[in-house]
Amino acid sequence: MDTHFAQRRRRDLIVAGCLAVVAALVPLFVKDVYVQNIMVLTLMYAALSQSWNILSGYCGQISLGHALYFGLGAYTTALLFTKFGVLPWFGMLAGGAISAVIAMALGYPCFRLRGHYFVIATIVIAEIALVLIQNWDWAGAALGIDIPVRGDSWLKFQFTRSKLPYFYFALALACIAWFVTWWLEDSKWGYWWRAVKDNPDAAESLGVVVFNSKMGAAAVSAFLVAVGGSFYAQFVSYIDPESVMGFQFSLLMALPAVLGGIGTLWGPVLGAVILIPLTELTRSFIGGSGRGVDLIVYGALIVVISLALPRGLVSVFSWRKEAAR
Amino acid sequence: MTAETIIQSLASGLLMGLLYGLIAAGLALIFGLMDVVNFAHGEFLMIAMYATFFLFAFFAIDPLLAAPLVAAALFVFGALVYLLVVRFAMRAKANAGMVQIFSTFGLAIVMRGLAQFFFTPDYRSVTNSWLGGKTVSIAGIYLPEPQLIGAMLSIAAFVALYFFINRTDFGRALEATREDAGAVALVGIDKNRVFALGWGLGAALVGLAGAIMAIFFYIYPDVGASFALIAYVTVALGGFGSVFGAFAGGIIVGLVEATTALILPPSLKSVGIYAVYLLVVFIRPRGLFGSM
Repeated sequence: MDTHFAQRRRRDLIVAGCLAVVAALVPLFVKDVYVQNIMVLTLMYAALSQSWNILSGYCGQISLGHALYFGLGAYTTALLFTKFGVLPWFGMLAGGAISAVIAMALGYPCFRLRGHYFVIATIVIAEIALVLIQNWDWAGAALGIDIPVRGDSWLKFQFTRSKLPYFYFALALACIAWFVTWWLEDSKWGYWWRAVKDNPDAAESLGVVVFNSKMGAAAVSAFLVAVGGSFYAQFVSYIDPESVMGFQFSLLMALPAVLGGIGTLWGPVLGAVILIPLTELTRSFIGGSGRGVDLIVYGALIVVISLALPRGLVSVFSWRKEAAR
Repeated sequence: MTAETIIQSLASGLLMGLLYGLIAAGLALIFGLMDVVNFAHGEFLMIAMYATFFLFAFFAIDPLLAAPLVAAALFVFGALVYLLVVRFAMRAKANAGMVQIFSTFGLAIVMRGLAQFFFTPDYRSVTNSWLGGKTVSIAGIYLPEPQLIGAMLSIAAFVALYFFINRTDFGRALEATREDAGAVALVGIDKNRVFALGWGLGAALVGLAGAIMAIFFYIYPDVGASFALIAYVTVALGGFGSVFGAFAGGIIVGLVEATTALILPPSLKSVGIYAVYLLVVFIRPRGLFGSM
């Protein structure tokens, strides 16, 4: 591509590297556990949203059922560990692989659907999976799974004394998701996806295999989201169907990208950095439990941003204009 | 399982299905008119149910009498939502589909939050209404009166809607705008006005449904969410945008739900509906009655 584009990509990589280093240093100065907790969640949602963005943003197949893959990751890891003693690291890879396969199996019939039919199919499929897990006794049914604590170790990926290891893993995950997106953006896949998003019929006539492009995006997206789910299971050490596969996760994954800029490299990161601390803070300071102020702030933000800045917050930065286009 | 139980549950399924049709009618109307899915549809139902509850609690107005008032209030609300939110979403030059989905989704979240804030998350119910808890027996089949009256109202609403769309000037303007929004401007029809009225009408229909639902269903801030998903399935089954497809879709959903409840444990009740949705769109990607 043109040198301008190459320059932009190099600059993106340098900026990302610097940001990662700065982020890695933050916990040295911020010791407050509450704040560290918010940072872990922010990084996790940045990673999740970045992964969601691959299928829904770049490829244009808006999924509101990604909680399915998040839950699959969490459940695979937790079940393998509690039932068979398999280390979470393997569980993580297994969860990712299972999710990628399931995403493709589901994509096979679903990618023929267009527009709202597709969106509703994704919601419905995640909802079916949720109900099935809630009724699956071996997997703990509605009560979920308590992951037994066997002491602090990287091997078992459990840490009780400090949140720092989780922080660094979440940071690594966010970096990987970002890097995969960065790398794919300029690969043949990236071009196919944008072509499929803009005009599937024209793409098809130009020789892009639309169906395979969507399948590829779904597999990558599901794999990364499942790894996020595995991480979350270890982080909270207790999972139940509603808390890892509920519809709100599908929404929470989509919102940072929507806010920051759907189908952009930096949108999910920017969105997560603003949205997650904001919701956590409103929840604890204004919200209280069950009063719903956090929902009001949250929802209003979504309405205003999606109406005023359909390209997301990244479009505000003028030097990003060409990236958002 | 006797033949009687089967007929009994299919009959209640049919009544519930007619109500589902009424809930979904507004969603289908709005979609047909302007290709927009209102993701806050369930929350429209929720505020209609709250409105009914408060009219009953404070003014002792029975839900049946409150229904027209609630429908009228929802009409205004729906038109306002169009004028204040959706109108701007339609203008989005980039990511149009995404903007539509998330602006109405955001609205849904705000409405849920406001309901929690003002009404608390407590479950409320209308007790001692005229119809609440009463049943009639027809040929040995017991039918709950609220659902029966609701089903009849639903049929009446669809008949009225049919005449309204086919016989009145506004109905013709609605159809014309749906066919070609650009061309109607040339004959002097204000597109925005038609859209606003369409949203009003769609919301009024769900308002009517909400007033009936309030008689026999718990009222809480998240109540809309589960009905919304059923409404999307109903509308999709009928073929997005076909108001009368929603009627047929509602009946199918009601019957499928009742059948699932007969075969599977109650906790799996919703799976049947979702499976039918998937089955239908996988075979016919534009729904049962949608044009291909």
